[in-house]
Amino acid sequence: MIKIIDYGLGNVQAFLNVYKRIGIPAARASSAVELDGATHVILPGVGSFDHAMTLFNASGFRETLESRISRNDIQLLGVCVGMQMLADESEEGTMPGLGWISGTVRKFDSSNLKTSLRLPHMGWNDVASDGKSPLFEELHGSARFYFLHSYFFDAANPDSVLANTNYGQTFDCAVGNGGIYGVQFHPEKSHHWGQAFLNNFARV
Amino acid sequence: MLRPRIIPCLLVHDLGLVKTVQFKQHKYVGDPINAVKIFNEKEADELIVLDIDATVQNVEPNYQMIAHLAAECRMPLCYGGGIKTAEQADRIISMGVEKVAVSAGALERPKLIEEIANRVGNQSVAVVIDYRKKTGLFKKGFEVLSHNATVVHDVDLIEFAKQMQDAGAGEIILNSVELDGKMSGYDTKTAELLRFSVAVPITILGGAGKYQDIADLIERCGVLGVAAGSLFVFKGPYRAVLINYPTVEQKDAIIESVQF
Repeated sequence: MIKIIDYGLGNVQAFLNVYKRIGIPAARASSAVELDGATHVILPGVGSFDHAMTLFNASGFRETLESRISRNDIQLLGVCVGMQMLADESEEGTMPGLGWISGTVRKFDSSNLKTSLRLPHMGWNDVASDGKSPLFEELHGSARFYFLHSYFFDAANPDSVLANTNYGQTFDCAVGNGGIYGVQFHPEKSHHWGQAFLNNFARV
Repeated sequence: MLRPRIIPCLLVHDLGLVKTVQFKQHKYVGDPINAVKIFNEKEADELIVLDIDATVQNVEPNYQMIAHLAAECRMPLCYGGGIKTAEQADRIISMGVEKVAVSAGALERPKLIEEIANRVGNQSVAVVIDYRKKTGLFKKGFEVLSHNATVVHDVDLIEFAKQMQDAGAGEIILNSVELDGKMSGYDTKTAELLRFSVAVPITILGGAGKYQDIADLIERCGVLGVAAGSLFVFKGPYRAVLINYPTVEQKDAIIESVQF
């Protein structure tokens, strides 16, 4: 069973809609006890890093997830700010991240961007993966996903990079470490590409 | 590379969808949820939904309708109409809407944009600027309007756009009152002026009548948001209501000219 973590941020319903459409059981988890029976969890997130960390730390989910992650019996996908929270730290805020995938969240350097490239990075962009990760099965090549962000995940370990995207510079748009994954784009709003991606996540 | 966004813009009036001409002559074009479902199937890049009643009636945003739209919408959604506080914006974003659009609220109290950006992040705040060219023998420049083009504000269009960017707006949506519903092409000149004046993403609305109009705007202004109402809800010379949207192949042809 897939559970979408509802700690007050992000589009829980959009994930549920996609899974309903493709016939995969999924439900909202509004408290840690509701993670019982979850094999996969999605951690959404929007807005500022510190605000998201504050809400998540206060939600009671963290301890339960960390103990399940340490037993390696759960697969987790962080999306957008939910991905950024997996890092050690963020240039956007002062609070420490979860540190579940080592890395730093950085702001795009606008001086690197051409005049046609603006911040936030808003819209549909190509996602390039080497096809090794089962998350991108059938999605290497011409997959397009929706992005809406000004900060990006810079993975400390190159082995944890699953896919990248170019916006003035190449950045890590998908990372993974064991059963923990994160994506900067919004698969829940990325039409058939996003649907295929969320289907793949349900099968890892 | 990042692609230009081709965005249907839907107007809600009396809980139904309408299309206007120069912000008047409301023509009923259908049910909002039904339209969202069709644009889902057509895989639209993004959707803008504007409640054109909320501000003029001075009422709260219709949260029930917004929640329903957000639940149905499989593409990124931008909602505008009646937003006056950061709390309202936060509530709407929490429902699963990607962006809120603010117009009158920002003109009446520019600090609102800073408050919303602090609350939900600047990526989720768009400012809509309704404008028209000043008319008269010695008049130059633009008028900035709100309340469905019934209230004129004493601000300079470009200065206001810059002010909104500095306050934390993550997107400026430029909406031509004169070209609304005319289907005669975009005001590419003013779009270009705005493009060189701000560094945030911009979206241009008003005037599109055919896909070539979108291509022309992209050719001139590069990667940006290109929004349209009439183009995506009417078909043929008699403006029969038929929701439509370019296919992936048509979209690729439209954006062919863009300089990445």
